[in-house]
Amino acid sequence: MAKKKAEGYLSAKESRQISKRNRKITDELEKKRKRKNVPESEYVTKMHDPKNAVEFDNLHTYFFTDTGTVKSVDGVSFEVPIGKTVGIVGESGCGKSVTSLSLMQLLQRPQGQIVEGEIRLNLGDKVYDIAKTPQEKMQNIRGNMVSMIFQEPMTSLNPVFRIGRQIEEVIELHDGEGKSKEDIKARTIELLEMVGIANSEGVYKMYPHELSGGMRQRVMIAIALACNPRIIIADEPTTALDVTIQAQILDLLRNLKDKINSSIMLITHDLGVIAEMADYIVVMYAGRVVEKGTAEEIFEHPSHPYTIGLMASKPVVGKKVDKLYSIPGKVPNPVDMPNYCYFKDRCEMCVGPCAGDYPPEISLSETHKVSCYRYCEEKGEK
Amino acid sequence: MRKYIGKRIAISVMILFCTTLIIYALLRCLPASYVENMAMQLASKPGAKPYEEWLLQLNASYGLDKGIVPGFFTWLAGAVQGNFGDSWKYTVPVLEKFNEVIWLSFAMGAIAFVLELIIAIPLGVIAATKQYSKTDYAISAGALVGISLPTFFFATILKLIFSVKLGWFDLYGLVGRNYAQLDAMGQFLDKANHLVLPIITIVIVSVGSLMRYTRTNMLEVLNADYIRTARAKGLSEKKVIYQHAFRNTLIPLVTIVGGSLPSLFSGALITETLFSIPGIGYTSYQAMIIGDIPFSMFYMTFLAILTLSGNLLSDILYGVVDPRVRIA
Repeated sequence: MAKKKAEGYLSAKESRQISKRNRKITDELEKKRKRKNVPESEYVTKMHDPKNAVEFDNLHTYFFTDTGTVKSVDGVSFEVPIGKTVGIVGESGCGKSVTSLSLMQLLQRPQGQIVEGEIRLNLGDKVYDIAKTPQEKMQNIRGNMVSMIFQEPMTSLNPVFRIGRQIEEVIELHDGEGKSKEDIKARTIELLEMVGIANSEGVYKMYPHELSGGMRQRVMIAIALACNPRIIIADEPTTALDVTIQAQILDLLRNLKDKINSSIMLITHDLGVIAEMADYIVVMYAGRVVEKGTAEEIFEHPSHPYTIGLMASKPVVGKKVDKLYSIPGKVPNPVDMPNYCYFKDRCEMCVGPCAGDYPPEISLSETHKVSCYRYCEEKGEK
Repeated sequence: MRKYIGKRIAISVMILFCTTLIIYALLRCLPASYVENMAMQLASKPGAKPYEEWLLQLNASYGLDKGIVPGFFTWLAGAVQGNFGDSWKYTVPVLEKFNEVIWLSFAMGAIAFVLELIIAIPLGVIAATKQYSKTDYAISAGALVGISLPTFFFATILKLIFSVKLGWFDLYGLVGRNYAQLDAMGQFLDKANHLVLPIITIVIVSVGSLMRYTRTNMLEVLNADYIRTARAKGLSEKKVIYQHAFRNTLIPLVTIVGGSLPSLFSGALITETLFSIPGIGYTSYQAMIIGDIPFSMFYMTFLAILTLSGNLLSDILYGVVDPRVRIA
């Protein structure tokens, strides 16, 4: 019986204890979050590098579930420079989406909470620490400074409102001062044309169910771009679309980004998309950044065994193989993970220190960083 | 749209035909026979004909000597011309009796229904938005009490508190003792006063399920992707809930509301009987236990028509609130 419990079965007593403990923690955090009139000094900070649009600094986002604490994002640090595209790769459940939702403060509360770390968002004249920004300020930032394109175009638009209405809503909210209804409509039509919808007047009056997936994703992009945001989070924007549309959507994103000079955080598990779009790449595994660097560094010299495995498991044109490589084993259960390299059970290149604590971040170059003991030793020798 | 409605009406007529046939057959098979009782009474008079002779004679005069199917078609032939025959118990034309009692039930039902909507929908929405909070638990527990405890229990409790202890209302009946002496306004107020407790009973009993239904739907909608999109746009929580989520919650609500329209007439049966309010429920109950086939037949057919039109109505309303099922 005891053995079984260890494999993830909870007794009623344990479950009650966990819920009680969770409630205590989340209630406290919620209380702090729900205060009225938070002084600005609490969440205004400074960027470490003013050329960055966002800096994630040691971000910890936990989910306090009834089966235990899930450390979805556990000490993630990376930055998104202004005007650049940062690709975040990693398999399902590694914390990519949670990182981006943390930036929007759209986590499923009260279970999901940012417990530690800073997200510094460059608003031009001010810098906000999103982890501490109150709800009312967030509403001015969302859709205006930071906007998000979700992975499910089929369900991300409200089925009972017309397309035009859904786009106009954002413009009215953030950009509507001194604008007449006609101005807003004109801007909406312009946006629809910008994202490559030919029949913009017609689509303006349509409902979401009358459009295809690709068209809906274009509408989502139009909504995201409506207020010229500084950062666009694209959470697997092409996953639900077929390949021909994928290319169009990516082209569109890239062109539009250059037009309004914003940064893109591109979340995907499609290495092809990353290779095409990203300037910098962040590789995540089980809630941590295992490797980050410029696109060239990651693709030419993948260093972490997980990244190497990822590169090896993608098909290459012109090379004949019987079977694609797949990384052995599976992702560890995220509940109450101990502090060691999470990849070591699946790693084929383990070295001695791997049994110990989580490896520190090692710089291979100015921009290329990796968390793996294999490089620690090399460094040590040098 | 017109073609669709036409088709739906044609189907409804077919269903109505089958339903009435089944009801007629069931009513003819009921153990409570009005004719047998009457024959028994007549035969027991001194110097009367024997029971069997009376039975034959009465069966012939009430049209019960024919089989079920021919009997049904005789009834149907009358019914399509609007002639539902005379009520055996009340000895007046069915429609006359119906017209006399229905408006009272309708007024009661309509007031209760509006109150239900006013109470249930906001509470359901609040419970959903504050899921697992104390408010949510209180509302859900209240709804559960309303759903689980039977009508007669609540009616009795209300009577005990408001009639016996506080003496605010009469125990039962529609009019007070000195009704005849009152002027028109006073008579109206007297009736209204007597309807308060029955209406409260109806509301308490039926408000729970609607509230639970609203809560469940709202929760489902609040977890939808487009709600996250709405939040990502920077809309205030109020707008997210009352514009984006609520419009979507309305879709399934319309079905249940449309479907519950006929129950306003039939559901009042127990309450009306408990409070001795001479509405359609009470009247049809009296007709049913005595085996009054014409009145029961009419009441059942009426309910069937209401149910069918309620469904049709909710399907049409569905199209109004949900653009996806709108038929061009």
